Amino acid sequence: MACINPDGTLTPTALQVLKAAEQPKTAAELAQAVALPLYRVRSSLRELVGSGFLKEEGERFVLTEAGRAKLG
Amino acid sequence: MSEEISTTPTTSFPRLNEPAPDFEAVTTHGTIRLSDFRDSWLILFSHPADFTPVCTTEFLAFTEIYPELQKRGVELLGLSIDSVYSHIAWTRNIEEKMGVKIPFPIIADLDKKVATLYGMIQPGESKTETVRAVFIIDPKGILRAMIYYPLSTGRNMDEILRLIDALQTSDQYQVATPANWRPGDKVIVPPPTTTEMAEERLKAGYECVDWYLCKKTLG
Repeated sequence: MACINPDGTLTPTALQVLKAAEQPKTAAELAQAVALPLYRVRSSLRELVGSGFLKEEGERFVLTEAGRAKLG
Repeated sequence: MSEEISTTPTTSFPRLNEPAPDFEAVTTHGTIRLSDFRDSWLILFSHPADFTPVCTTEFLAFTEIYPELQKRGVELLGLSIDSVYSHIAWTRNIEEKMGVKIPFPIIADLDKKVATLYGMIQPGESKTETVRAVFIIDPKGILRAMIYYPLSTGRNMDEILRLIDALQTSDQYQVATPANWRPGDKVIVPPPTTTEMAEERLKAGYECVDWYLCKKTLG
């Protein structure tokens, strides 16, 4: 997985996306916030949602408790 | 009479102005779906193999035009039938030996799923490698142009940029572009479809050779 290292820690990109999602944002807004291409953010979001660190509310992505815990 | 059973895998060829075949693939930037590129233009291109000379020159050339592509809202996505480890080793080697960081993802299409969907394996050329194919997909996921080059011939980046410019100009102004068109050149006004439109056309102030071939300057 591109977002999660084999030891369970998150990659720098994944952490950047999670941090930007502390305030709920759309994929496009997150891409702008982390200065990454939209395709790459969409791919990361799929993994982060699949791993339970983010959840979708309409078009916005919201940090879950597990996601907040990863930010420390 | 015995029937001959074909063992050749079914190869499909995508068609212009239809939705580009969807896929999910492992890449050097993680698992990516074609739909992740929605709202951007995309150049999906295949190369025969990592660590080969012509492909290396092409990767350097694609990287060189990447800033120009980004200005036009275009992303790049490479593909070959190599593992992601091979892609990582090759791109690291390019960075180490040539000082160029490859900024775009590369699909590791070991099961040939994407290559088969897009007709990238052409057995007359090679049964095990993808040819040098280029697919231009628009922000709605429609396949707008495709080019196939043989293994022996590196692609022309000027032509790829020119093709993107031509497609985007056609979309923006509802015009066509003549042979060897470059941005700033005159464009072709779509041909009339009725006699009335043909007559009107000649009065419209276009540069017309005849009713069916009229050009105009944009802007």
